[in-house]
Amino acid sequence: MSEAAPTLLGRLGGWFSPSASAEIAAAESAALRSDRFRLEREGEWKRLEAIVGRIERGRLRGISDEDLLALPALYRTAVSSLAVARETSLDAETLLWLEDLTRRAWFIVYGPRAGLGDWLVRFFGGGWGESVRALKQDILIALALMVAGTIVGWLLVASDPDWYFALMPGGMADARVPGASRAVLLGTLFGQQDQHGLAVFAAALFSNNAQVAILAFALGFAFGLPSALLLIQNTTMLGALLWLYHGQGLTLEIIGWLSVHGTTELYAILLAGAAGLHIGRAMAFPGEASVLDAAAAAGRRSAQVMVGVVLMLIVAGLLEGFARQLIDNTPGRLVVGGFMLVFWTTYFFVWRGRGKAA
Amino acid sequence: MARRQPHNRKRTVITPEGVALPFVLASRGSRAAALVIDLILIVTAMMVTSYTLLWIAGGIGINTAELETNGPKSRALQALVIVWIIAMFLFRNAWFLFFELGPRGATPGKRITGIRIAARGTERLTTEAVIARNIVRDIELFMPIVFIGGAIASGSDTDVAGWAGAIWCAIFLLFPFLNRDSLRCGDVIAGTWVVEAQHRKLGQALSVSAPIAAAEQAFTFTPEELAVYGEFELQTLERVLRDDRGPALDDVADAISRKIGRPYPYRAERVFLESYYLQLRAQLEQGLRLGRRKADKHAA
Repeated sequence: MSEAAPTLLGRLGGWFSPSASAEIAAAESAALRSDRFRLEREGEWKRLEAIVGRIERGRLRGISDEDLLALPALYRTAVSSLAVARETSLDAETLLWLEDLTRRAWFIVYGPRAGLGDWLVRFFGGGWGESVRALKQDILIALALMVAGTIVGWLLVASDPDWYFALMPGGMADARVPGASRAVLLGTLFGQQDQHGLAVFAAALFSNNAQVAILAFALGFAFGLPSALLLIQNTTMLGALLWLYHGQGLTLEIIGWLSVHGTTELYAILLAGAAGLHIGRAMAFPGEASVLDAAAAAGRRSAQVMVGVVLMLIVAGLLEGFARQLIDNTPGRLVVGGFMLVFWTTYFFVWRGRGKAA
Repeated sequence: MARRQPHNRKRTVITPEGVALPFVLASRGSRAAALVIDLILIVTAMMVTSYTLLWIAGGIGINTAELETNGPKSRALQALVIVWIIAMFLFRNAWFLFFELGPRGATPGKRITGIRIAARGTERLTTEAVIARNIVRDIELFMPIVFIGGAIASGSDTDVAGWAGAIWCAIFLLFPFLNRDSLRCGDVIAGTWVVEAQHRKLGQALSVSAPIAAAEQAFTFTPEELAVYGEFELQTLERVLRDDRGPALDDVADAISRKIGRPYPYRAERVFLESYYLQLRAQLEQGLRLGRRKADKHAA
């Protein structure tokens, strides 16, 4: 008891005075140098642990500015303490705990720097365009594949109309079949503005298209081949459709009908495919880096593009659900589609965003 | 049979400050468990959302037939359907994203199983990396289930293409079993891995809790008596002292006493062990400062 009393008093004193007198008292009573080392620094470690714990529980508001500013310094203290302790202390408990604390603090100090909100601001303010421009080569390859797919689709159906049924999925080939009259085909393009439930239609379209685009990207993992196949397969359908309407002299009308949302949607699919190809190429030809490092770098670059693709598909869904049905003439549709095409291209390749010139 | 030690799951990362931090990779079992928990939570959330929306629709007093008309009720129903479609899309795609971007880097399932995601190597975990690792989840999980499920459902009727698709998808599904770091495809693309994240509590420093007892009965050991053991034995002794279980203390005290040929009084095993621990540690740490490490009792 007589031994414990001064320690207890010292501790009480420590609570009331800002100085760490309790710690110092404990450090003096410790018999081992390494324990003195620990006790002298324990206050700072515990402070770091408290801050890290708060952040982990998501209570950022409960942390004072002072603590937040001190976080990096406290982290470095813990790291250097760990380095020293490894060379001087045999206290396994302290070493393991210190490793654990350093790891937790490391995750926070070197964690995702921006929250989702900040990230989005940076994303729209130039980050998106930058990531798209980084994929320039892949976009050109993907574009070539899409053009080739369209031409192949056209040529296949032109040589043998039976191909049409092979290329088109059952649901889409309703009235639009080879041999359909001009009036029937015209009916599929115009006169649907009194249709109900457009908004639902748009939302469903978006959900479906976004899933397809994510697939096109994710498949890039297998050296990009499935992405390329998916691009070709989808555009052969486009080619077949163009051929069908061309046969009845409705080429401009079908282009108008498609372009309202198609310029945005095809652009998005182009970018998704390019992102997939980018990863595939990085894995097949990693250059100086290891395959894993190359894939990781490419994956991070193209992930940004993919967020953009999903957003573009929302726009495309809205255009397809509303604008296409409500604008019932070809010039109007061409204007909307052309405007979107110019808009996206300018946004990605011409506008460099804020602070990029510096 | 002893529990398999996670030696082959230990990895070291060098921090930018130049200190090596040890990590233990999450086992495939705990990752699978985390995934199952997350899927259950997602499905539950989807169902709750759906039923809530249905209940609201019922409250408005509409049925699907009115979708064809163009009245205000139909508009309300359309709005609900849109909310539903978007909610389902977000649950499917944004659940993992949202939670893994948080400071814990873990979804609720991962939190429960005590694991989290981390960047491979010394780079920081970025928002792009988290997006990349989760965007691939679709082909790793949902597509294989659809394909393989389809192949099994149609049984012997499955054509070659069906089987080829199933095998192709199985490669994605089994990818974590095909590499040392148990990376899934998303981890490869994002440059991440999944590590254990259990937190420990700091115990009292032993030389602070011990000296009161040690001072009264003062065992003093000679350097020869202390030279018998090394760091490994010291840390085993530390564990025994911290666990503080009677029989274990007895056994260890007996073993040490026999080894160094020094008896200890009845019921004084704790004091005996504490004194021995402190003096052994003092001696070994002194050696450490002079650059001499003694790994265990076999070391010279």
